[in-house]
Amino acid sequence: MSEVAVSPVPMPAKRRGAQLLMLALAVAIVMGAYANVGLAIDGQIPSGMLTYGLSLGGLMLAAYLVLAKFAPWADPLILPLVTVVNGLGLVMIYRLSESDSGTGRLSSPNNQLLWTLVGIVLFSLTLIFLRDHRALQRLTYTAGAVGLFLLVSPLIPFIGRELNGARIWIGVPGVQAAQIQPAEFAKLALVVFFAGYLVAKRDVLALASRRLLFIDLPRARDLGPVLIIWGVSLGVLVMQKDLGSSLLLFGTFIAMLYIATQRSSWVIIGVLLFVGGAILAGMVFDHVYQRFEVFLNPADDELFRRVGGSEQLMQGLFALGSGGILGTGLGQGHPELIPLAFSDFIFSAIGEELGLTGLMALLMVYALIVERGLRTALAARDPFSKLLAGGLSFILAWQVFIIVGGVTNLIPLTGLVTPFMSQGGSALLANWILIALLVRMSDAARRPPPQAIQNEGLTQVFQR
Amino acid sequence: MSELTLLLIRLAFLAVLWFFVIAAVGVIRTDLFGSRTAPAAGARKTGKPAKPVAKPKSKKGEPRQLIVTGGPLQGTTINLTEQPITIGRANDATLVVTDDYASSRHARLFPQDGQWIVEDLGSTNGTYLDRSKVTRPTPVPLGVPIRVGKTVIELRK
Repeated sequence: MSEVAVSPVPMPAKRRGAQLLMLALAVAIVMGAYANVGLAIDGQIPSGMLTYGLSLGGLMLAAYLVLAKFAPWADPLILPLVTVVNGLGLVMIYRLSESDSGTGRLSSPNNQLLWTLVGIVLFSLTLIFLRDHRALQRLTYTAGAVGLFLLVSPLIPFIGRELNGARIWIGVPGVQAAQIQPAEFAKLALVVFFAGYLVAKRDVLALASRRLLFIDLPRARDLGPVLIIWGVSLGVLVMQKDLGSSLLLFGTFIAMLYIATQRSSWVIIGVLLFVGGAILAGMVFDHVYQRFEVFLNPADDELFRRVGGSEQLMQGLFALGSGGILGTGLGQGHPELIPLAFSDFIFSAIGEELGLTGLMALLMVYALIVERGLRTALAARDPFSKLLAGGLSFILAWQVFIIVGGVTNLIPLTGLVTPFMSQGGSALLANWILIALLVRMSDAARRPPPQAIQNEGLTQVFQR
Repeated sequence: MSELTLLLIRLAFLAVLWFFVIAAVGVIRTDLFGSRTAPAAGARKTGKPAKPVAKPKSKKGEPRQLIVTGGPLQGTTINLTEQPITIGRANDATLVVTDDYASSRHARLFPQDGQWIVEDLGSTNGTYLDRSKVTRPTPVPLGVPIRVGKTVIELRK
């Protein structure tokens, strides 16, 4: 604290104390939720509560210590907020595994806790080894190539796998358990690529334009990058049958283009392109059409009975309905009736047991994480950091919007995970790395300005 | 476990969840409600050792923040300390501008006798204070725009 005392103008404080307090509160909330589930189901505190609670608490303390050592000026709120969503996801998966239905047998809280551990390890490693995130700017095109490769890797024969109707997995042939979703990591690499690319090219994209009616139309040849990304995301949609990743990828590029150029015309062009492309794909390809059918008539009896029809969506809506305003209470609803409630539909499961009140709190937590990210983007001192922080926060927000919009039938349902909550290793690991990048950037942005290189400014003779 | 207990636990859990959200907002209230209250809150934050030093020195009318009001970095704020601020394309500048019209070490701002002075560091396209070109170190009044390439910055309280 000595450096603060010397400075005549108050510096932004590190707020490590506040962070520790919030972290303790977050862990306490998660332990409370465990206890609540046990009390409701068996009438006693579950025996595993201390194990789960202590391991989560220990993990977060370790993450906190790494953060305090390697990113001391980082934002105080990001870690506690993520702890709450990650922890509540763990509780919900545990609660679903307590029931005897098919959903219950498929959900594995121990695996998820293990993935959380690996996630925190990756978080720490990112913070320890990536001391200056601007090093990523030099890897712009490498990141682009890696991202693109990861994105198409499930299409490669032998290592690519198709599961639940989407070809988005890769694994070692013959080993059932070892498989990951490369698209989750691809999105990080692609955001790095977009940021680096747009820093270099944004002047061209922002300045050259013709004015038509009340929007500025870019020149036709500047549409190139947008059209390429559009093609890639439609390719993902058609070849891998993965509507979620496709929407995520294109939306993030358009948002970053908007951040870089401040032109609303790009957003309008992007939305028109994607809606047009999706409708076209819906007319040509059957699996896309089915999604639209379910979206438009979820209550249709024939659709409800069809395999892969609207049953999952309707069960999710029923769950939200029976949750009401205050919810049924943890462990007292029947979220196990929703097929795959532990992955895509964990939001509906939480909605049943915690009600609208709980969901709103949860969405607030997500909104606060995003707000901290955007705040970091505002405070960042160079354009690359601004775009990277903005893009990473947007991709998080956009992911929450797509899946929550999907399970509430606001938009067609797409197979995306709820960040940090859904069961599944790849997404959890990728999102922990994302958070590490945000923490690294917020540390750089909040750190007091560095000492100037030449120090003669203080001794210079100044004449009026 | 009786129904009533479970009901109470459920309500208590929701209350604690919202308490967490509100506490989180409390931690960042200075960010949410603008910088007007920032100096006071900031002084409190720095704790006891800072207070005796901080109070007598901070005069009225002394700028506390540098705000970027135009150009690609618009919206960025930097809290002013005793240390000089460099502006340029170089990666070690305090404010890194990517701008073809800026030099790598373009301009510098430094405090002297309670005033902030802007100095051009031999840039190609020059630094402008309001509309006049900065040819030698010049004091910067509050709220007067300084132009470096496409970037415009201002000192604010």
